[in-house]
Amino acid sequence: MISNALVGQFKTLVGDENAWSDAVDLHTYAYDAAVVDPVKPGLIVRPTSTEALGQAVRLCNENGLPLTVRGAGTNLSGGTVPLPDGVVIVTNGMKSIVEINEADMYAVVQPGVVTAKLAAAVEAKGLFYPPDPGSQAVSTIGGNVAENAGGLRGLKYGVTRDYVMGLSFFDVEGNLVKSGSKTVKCATGYNLTGLMVGSEGTLGVFNEIILKLIPLPVHNKAMMAVFDSLEKASETVAAIIANRIVPATLEFLDNFTIRAVEDFSKAGMPTDAAAMLLVELDGHPAQVEEDAERVEKLCRSMGAASIRVAQDAAERDRVWAARRAALSALAQLKPTLVLEDATVPRSRIPDMVAAIGRIAARYDVTIGTFGHAGDGNLHPTILTDKRDPEEWQRVEHTIDAIFDAALEMGGTLSGEHGTGLAKCRYLEKETSAGTILFSRRIKRAMDPNNILNPGKIIAAKA
Amino acid sequence: MASMETLARLMRELEDQLVVCMKCGMCQSVCPVFDQTGREADVTRGKLALLSGLMEHIFDDPEGVHRQLNKCLLCGSCAANCPSGVSVQEIFLKARAILSGFMGLPPAKRLILRGMLANPRLFDHLTAWGAKFQHLFTRSANEIIGTSCARVMSPLVQDRHFKTLAPVPFHRQAAAIDRPAGTSGLKVALFTGCLIDKIFPNIADSTLKILDHLEVGLFLPENQACCGIPALASGDLATFRKLQAHNLKLYTSGEFDYLVTACATCTSTLHEVWPQMADERHRDTAARLARRTMDINQFLIQEASLKPLSNSAAGGCTVTYHDPCHLKKGLHVFSEPRAVIAATPGCTLKEMAQPDVCCGMGGSFNLQYYDISRDIGQLKAAQIQASGAEVLATGCPACMLQVSDMLSQAAAQIKVRHPVELYAAALDA
Repeated sequence: MISNALVGQFKTLVGDENAWSDAVDLHTYAYDAAVVDPVKPGLIVRPTSTEALGQAVRLCNENGLPLTVRGAGTNLSGGTVPLPDGVVIVTNGMKSIVEINEADMYAVVQPGVVTAKLAAAVEAKGLFYPPDPGSQAVSTIGGNVAENAGGLRGLKYGVTRDYVMGLSFFDVEGNLVKSGSKTVKCATGYNLTGLMVGSEGTLGVFNEIILKLIPLPVHNKAMMAVFDSLEKASETVAAIIANRIVPATLEFLDNFTIRAVEDFSKAGMPTDAAAMLLVELDGHPAQVEEDAERVEKLCRSMGAASIRVAQDAAERDRVWAARRAALSALAQLKPTLVLEDATVPRSRIPDMVAAIGRIAARYDVTIGTFGHAGDGNLHPTILTDKRDPEEWQRVEHTIDAIFDAALEMGGTLSGEHGTGLAKCRYLEKETSAGTILFSRRIKRAMDPNNILNPGKIIAAKA
Repeated sequence: MASMETLARLMRELEDQLVVCMKCGMCQSVCPVFDQTGREADVTRGKLALLSGLMEHIFDDPEGVHRQLNKCLLCGSCAANCPSGVSVQEIFLKARAILSGFMGLPPAKRLILRGMLANPRLFDHLTAWGAKFQHLFTRSANEIIGTSCARVMSPLVQDRHFKTLAPVPFHRQAAAIDRPAGTSGLKVALFTGCLIDKIFPNIADSTLKILDHLEVGLFLPENQACCGIPALASGDLATFRKLQAHNLKLYTSGEFDYLVTACATCTSTLHEVWPQMADERHRDTAARLARRTMDINQFLIQEASLKPLSNSAAGGCTVTYHDPCHLKKGLHVFSEPRAVIAATPGCTLKEMAQPDVCCGMGGSFNLQYYDISRDIGQLKAAQIQASGAEVLATGCPACMLQVSDMLSQAAAQIKVRHPVELYAAALDA
């Protein structure tokens, strides 16, 4: 229990209306979007200024209160599940876009800015912020940076990490630390920005973030290729890349997902297809048109059963509506949905697709697979009901097996969802004992009382 | 009060619907209340977690959960945007009924719902008295919009700008009608709805004029009762079912092709809620009637092929349209009201930004949480004003009340009308 006196101190910092300790509020900050057990915190604070944020962090440290920072709570690895009786700092009280600089092409934002709102504000000025995680309509930039979030455009444009030019954050004592710059080049000091991106709230608390912007592509073209075998589809992905074509998005849907989308949206999907690829090219009109022709030819030569190039914006929207519906369509089928993001070098996509099929059969679980084939980041999506303990055990074995398969192929546990609680026990498998030790030493140096989102990424104290 | 274990057992009825939520949090992007407060307990994901908490016997008392459950506009924005297809409205209405049954209705609500609303004749008499004497307590606030405000400060009314009760309600202007189909070959039943009957009779009057013009037959029974949604929203299932049974009896006594209403909320209630919440005895009848229930704009465009009037006498004006949540989000009716406006001579449609964002009314939400309701409504009023239109049209009398209040407080000179009022006025011109 956090004492009333201490709650009072937090209220003095953030205002009475922004500190919540009611049973109802505590219960609603016990979870995020990951399939992990909820944990009830002891206090929720919602700072609305830099000063209050820094003071709140300091107060947590002085009183040994575990602190978890939360944006929209859309985390898929349990990174925003708090500690028992810990403090949750909610960032949606700090949601200003401080600056969009067109001349120097950067934006400065507070951590609570919603990703899609920033993307829209930037686009209104003819600029582009490419990272587009699936939850972008609600997710916050602070959360995206803390998790190094990805999205559909990773293949060509990279992920959140590639757009963070600099940031300021509070260390555990509430000192403001600045790193990076508004300049394209910056060679001063340690690259603390690099350390903080993907640190999942375990090393410091973001105050402001400087993001790189790029010119908005002037032209785009979308197409949909249908295949009668998984192998042909996944080999086509490899062939597109091997031919030095870099689409903005290159997405994959397996037969199970295609049928689920059709049942859900009646969009006229090819339900007998083994797999589909959705490709979008963007950039200079001449190059887009040329690449589109090459992709079309490649698909045909690789044995696509049919290929359809969107003729106008409405048709392009229909192509992407099918992809956007994938998660919803799968979600409707069973109460529990486990969305994995194990990622392999993209040339291994055919092997990974085959491995997922074998694993599903071995453990007798239902898996729909779709995702960002172009960057090797598939989303094997396990459909289950967590209330069935026997089936849930098979699901856990399935997850282990998927991770093993990805690691065997030189891949990674997580392409874009983060380590959090869900994957920390596998981390050593991907890295090494030395890596865990090194990470724990960094953590201990920066957070001696171990109050910053403890238990995430690196599970136990060194 | 019965034990929390009893409540947990009652809540388990909702378990299969509650587990559908995968906690993705996408509802945060569209919830008007959460947009104002940023508090998880105010958004659907949080509320569903609280209901699961009751089911799992986590709370010592139900009061906090009940309070959060009622802090909802029932606008359906979350359900329309939900990847997992959670039946939010059904869960919330059932949970409100369970909690109100468990905790008991507060005395004031009991008096209003069971003492007045449940008795249509008494409700009509009381509002008739109100209409006679309301001028003693109110004064005009905005001539263009036709709003009033309180003469003396009152805690209930606060600084609202409201529409007063009509001097003569619709049911006193039009007696019972049962007229066969004319050349159109179509006949409809009209369900008037309380707000239209008592505050906006001109909407019903306009509907009759258009139906007449199109030679559509009409069944209009006397002594209609409320659709029941105010009772159900307060968790009073008994009053809801009493009103529903009363109305079902009235409407099954007539013959017609479609049942139409000009109130988005009534349409949505008859169409969606009646079959969901009916008792065993009335479920099939309610479901059959629901399938024939339609918004008036939808009927005029889809079934009666409403034609554009070529009436050069009508003056030109610009109209912007606000999508009532209960038409667009639940019933996917949004092109038809715009088509009615487009068919009206002299009316030019000028879209506002985000026409389908909720106005913040939400029935009793406006009474309980007027501050939040007003903050949401002011965003809507600003977008209406920014459109530059001279008229705000919308297909829901509840939205009309809210928007009138907000525009009037902003001293805007923008008329508030239902699309059928615009078309009927052009018929007169």
